[in-house]
Amino acid sequence: MTDPDAAPRMAGPLAMVAVGGVGGSLTRYGLVEAAPHLLTTLAINVLGAFLLGCLVARRPAGHWSRPLLGTGFLGGFTTMSALAVQTVTSSAGPAVGYLAASMVLGVAAAVVGLRT
Amino acid sequence: MIALLVALGASVGAPLRFLVAQWLPGPRATLLVNVAGSAVLGLLVHPSASSYALVGTGFCGALTTFSAFAVEAAQTRSWRYVATTIVLCLGAAALGRYVAG
Repeated sequence: MTDPDAAPRMAGPLAMVAVGGVGGSLTRYGLVEAAPHLLTTLAINVLGAFLLGCLVARRPAGHWSRPLLGTGFLGGFTTMSALAVQTVTSSAGPAVGYLAASMVLGVAAAVVGLRT
Repeated sequence: MIALLVALGASVGAPLRFLVAQWLPGPRATLLVNVAGSAVLGLLVHPSASSYALVGTGFCGALTTFSAFAVEAAQTRSWRYVATTIVLCLGAAALGRYVAG
């Protein structure tokens, strides 16, 4: 990093990402604890994709809500690692259905969120 | 206690994803964190409840993101990005499990 101001400039967004990420991850943890099922992760990911689409469409990249709610909360709320591991550890039928539903519904939810 | 470990893991995972996105712009950053997080979560075979909360639910859950992936896929309309993400994340998860035995 050659820009001496880069680190201080990044500290604020970095803290907001951390706070939002903890909030989103705890929300995901609470929901999965309450309903431990593949459908819970599916619903979390589809809802998170829709909400991030809404946020991106409404707030410019520099707005304070983007690191806090977008990169932080919704980034921590949704997960790709659980989706990947759940898919490779499930039996073939449910795995294909779960993966396909996540991808189709997730991208469709993001499209709808970006447009609404 | 378990929730505290989730929070601790997430407080590292989410900022790390943010830093990767500063260094590597665009969907490639999302792809990188998603593949890396899938591999690490794949390594967690028979973890204790506390290590799964810290590393799995917290760190890997916050490092990886489905929402950014979906929005990038929707914006770029790139089925190649979707296919690459699926192949590499599933491959990384499977490789992690294979390595962990």
